Amino acid sequence: MAMVIGKVKSGAGLLNSVREISGVDVAECLQCKKCTNGCPVVPMVKVPPSEVIRRLQFATDDSIAQADLVWMCLSCELCFSRCPMNIDMAAVMDALRIISVRNHKAKQKGNVPLFNRLFLKTVSIFGRTYDLGMIAAYKIGTSSFLQDMGKFPTMLQKRKIALFPSFKADKKYIRRIFRRRK
Amino acid sequence: LKGVCRIVVENEKNMKYAYYPGCSAESTARDQYVSVREVARVLGIDLIEPKGWTCCGATPAHNTDRDLSIGLPAANLLIAKSMGLDMVVFCAACYNRMKMANYEIRSNPDRRKELAVLLGEDYDGSVEVHHFVEVLVKNVGMKKLQEAFTHSLDGLKVASYYGCLLVRPKLATNFDDPENPTIMDSLVTLMGGESIDWPHKVECCGGGFALTRTDIVVELSNSILGMAKAAGAQCIAVACPMCQVNLDLRQSDIKKVKNINHNLPVVYITQLIGLCLGLSPAQLGMHKCVVSPKPVIELVRSNERRDVL
Repeated sequence: MAMVIGKVKSGAGLLNSVREISGVDVAECLQCKKCTNGCPVVPMVKVPPSEVIRRLQFATDDSIAQADLVWMCLSCELCFSRCPMNIDMAAVMDALRIISVRNHKAKQKGNVPLFNRLFLKTVSIFGRTYDLGMIAAYKIGTSSFLQDMGKFPTMLQKRKIALFPSFKADKKYIRRIFRRRK
Repeated sequence: LKGVCRIVVENEKNMKYAYYPGCSAESTARDQYVSVREVARVLGIDLIEPKGWTCCGATPAHNTDRDLSIGLPAANLLIAKSMGLDMVVFCAACYNRMKMANYEIRSNPDRRKELAVLLGEDYDGSVEVHHFVEVLVKNVGMKKLQEAFTHSLDGLKVASYYGCLLVRPKLATNFDDPENPTIMDSLVTLMGGESIDWPHKVECCGGGFALTRTDIVVELSNSILGMAKAAGAQCIAVACPMCQVNLDLRQSDIKKVKNINHNLPVVYITQLIGLCLGLSPAQLGMHKCVVSPKPVIELVRSNERRDVL
């Protein structure tokens, strides 16, 4: 697979941030491509996991934090599990997502960052997730009201989704954790 | 007599666990919760919910923040520690997060210190985390299970589907073989069913994107359902609430997008076990399945074991 690499000064900065956040040393990668061959979303992405690592190794420009894989990675950990060098690729992807959100450059199909924010918001409020509230907020945020709407009658009829949030969680404790995090 | 008493007491102690249901147990996976509870009740496993348990953070936490990814599951493990019990989990995502928290805390002293500040209490990563299926196979034991079964899965071809988060990464979860796990297959065989050999046991169903990228979910779920069907499965047994909801609920989308009607029931392994223990489908929450598991239920009903009566 051919790839074009444009070297700019800021590249090493990204490599350092990834290392700092994930604690992973990407220099150990042998480019065996087991991660890419197993990754379930590779048929749908432009930049496969092995290329993400290669670009990080070469300390190329920051654009890799905007690669489509960053927000299409499912965190299924297959890459990490098969890596002969035990490189925690899933943690690298987490780091890239954190950097991408930090740089306000995470604008991709599906708006996963919004979903993540809403998920954690309901957790910080109720101590547990509240599906219905989260789904409603996500649909408002992404204007995707029609998507999956046909499923709600069945789900509600079968009580496959809770109408109300749970109030049994230790909310004080969880709020303290959210407050104290860096 | 004293010796017998001691064995009984020790046995009692061994079968008592802190049980973390996970947020989905209160919503989309109520059926998982009731089936685990019922099976545990019949087999005499004491499951106690940690008081005030909170969300493990799942994928959004580790996508967003390193502190939350470890802090949220560790907060619950601390409650289990105060109870003096091992933790039992059914949800694969919660299981994965808790195992990862333990793994990071045990292997990285700096992280442990940071976490102690976050939680206001030191946690040493000492609470053992088990999946409910592990408890059944390793602690209850195959012999006791077999004796308890009143019905069998004779004539049923089951595809055991493990998904990603139970088996990966092996380093942290140590659940079973990460490429070819067999623990659920062994349960299916024990129940008298035919556990089919198929290559998609540990493929990802796209669970984390259930709301955000349904296009990816449809693609991945379709490939799993298609492979199970091609291998001759009459139903899929799962051990993860996200997998169940995805594979079950998305079959209508697959029909719409790809014009393929799989019509393959997706049930929890605990529901199959419950049926074989003589529990009713209603007790196991089986009416919540979107693709009707009626053929499975009827088959088990007709397979009453005569030798135990």
